[in-house]
Amino acid sequence: MTVLVLVEHDNASVKDATLAAVTAAGKLGEVHALVAGSGAQAAADAAAKIAGVSKVLLADDAAYAHALPENVAPLVVDLMANYDAFVAPATSNGKNIAPRVAALLDVMQISDILSVESADTFTRPIYAGNAIAKVQSSDAKKVITVRGTAFEKAAREGGSAAVEAVAGKGDSGLSSFVGAEISKSERPELTSAKIIVSGGRALQNSENFHTIIEPLADKLGAAVGASRAAVDAGYVPNDYQVGQTGKIVAPEVYIAVGISGAIQHLAGMKDSKTIIAINKDEDAPIFQVADIGLVGDLFKVVPELTDKL
Amino acid sequence: MKLLVPVKRVIDYNVKPRVKMDGTGVDLANVKMSMNPFDEIAVEEAIRLKEKGVATEIVAVSIGEAKAQETLRTALAMGADRAILVVAEGEVEPLAVAKILKAIVDEEQPGLVILGKQAIDDDSNQTGQMLAALTGRPQGTFASAVTVEGDSVKVTREVDGGLETVSLKAPAIVTTDLRLNEPRYASLPNIMKAKSKPLAQKTPADYGVDTSPRLKTLNVSEPPKRTAGVKVADVDELVAKLKALGVAA
Repeated sequence: MTVLVLVEHDNASVKDATLAAVTAAGKLGEVHALVAGSGAQAAADAAAKIAGVSKVLLADDAAYAHALPENVAPLVVDLMANYDAFVAPATSNGKNIAPRVAALLDVMQISDILSVESADTFTRPIYAGNAIAKVQSSDAKKVITVRGTAFEKAAREGGSAAVEAVAGKGDSGLSSFVGAEISKSERPELTSAKIIVSGGRALQNSENFHTIIEPLADKLGAAVGASRAAVDAGYVPNDYQVGQTGKIVAPEVYIAVGISGAIQHLAGMKDSKTIIAINKDEDAPIFQVADIGLVGDLFKVVPELTDKL
Repeated sequence: MKLLVPVKRVIDYNVKPRVKMDGTGVDLANVKMSMNPFDEIAVEEAIRLKEKGVATEIVAVSIGEAKAQETLRTALAMGADRAILVVAEGEVEPLAVAKILKAIVDEEQPGLVILGKQAIDDDSNQTGQMLAALTGRPQGTFASAVTVEGDSVKVTREVDGGLETVSLKAPAIVTTDLRLNEPRYASLPNIMKAKSKPLAQKTPADYGVDTSPRLKTLNVSEPPKRTAGVKVADVDELVAKLKALGVAA
């Protein structure tokens, strides 16, 4: 079986989410990687070095600069004539493009896989991760998105694949990119961080995130996350959200501060290796999944913790 | 402009799902069911577009068992004008749902289809993108803002790095994210009024769509359980634990 993996990149480098997708794809067969971008030679060169990738296809065109699915999906569909499976990381970009590809191929996509059981059988979370379904696909070609926390990352070095240029139909004329507000942070990226400090509604405002959560995160070299309630209330931007429909994380250590632990939040972080909860309500559901719990007022104990570390 | 809003009847988001003992699925007997939360946001957005004078009519559609009629009545009570119920027994996969919706889009010719980005039962996050593919229309997924300007639709999207704005040529497909709006509750008079709003009943066969599943569920199991660990008495003890974990020097 030959598998085409969608590379998540910023034209210059390859993002971590790609590496887990390469590992998952490698369990199915030979892995080729597709870099669709604009001025993306550097990203293609980086993809060629990933261990396990045997060929890189580079579609370099202004139409692919912002990964608009109306332009990228037809390109993938054309390429799929030569492949048995299409694998994308379950990032906002992968989730945007893969179902469009699947429908054009008349394939039922398998979303967010946790494991590859065989060439046609996979496990995936349903009901906010409260159940795991083992599903078998009867489609001739497979379209799959991969949960990044469920697979080891392929090594960034070790491969020496050839880069081949491919051309697609270019701009569909259906959509255009207007602009982006991308959060800039010196901290590690949420989905690849080893330690995460997350805050909930109990933080009360944006200012407290800056003065209580961030100093602790910086002391630990951690990323900052948040519950849906904190994002909805406007304390932090949407890209901080951890949960069922936000980011799925599984760091070495997850510190939940003032988060009660709704099932939708647990769905995004319960695969963390160690969970630490700080909450003043000793009956908060978060304590039922926490390895280490501290009952206390976060406004007192978090600054004290930051001080003592 | 006519708007089409597909809605799904799912387990209520406050209910903790339980896996059936025989491993065939999740137990939905005597469980509270509600409209998928993302679909409520879609209905609300449609109503707001109508209130702004952008939309003229809102058609709600649901595909599922006969009881999905309740979900459609909720949409009608919130402010949709009429409803289409496509009765199908058993689970209908996103691909088949998208095919039925495509047939309805061909018939109704909406200027905009607004869907929830994901149903909280199967967590697939596919239907909107698939519908866009099958109809050859542009898609604005995970929307946190939608503006209709003449024949273009500006959609601000929640993406991994922050926010992104795209401009789509209408007719278009939009899927909603959490921050798009806060859905209203239906008032009692509107709930009463909704009972007499038109609701058409159809079957997948009426649209020539085969709903046989492509994915076979071999079994459904519980994820590995986490158990509660220890509680520490104070910050000093927590610091010691963090040091033991190697995350603090």
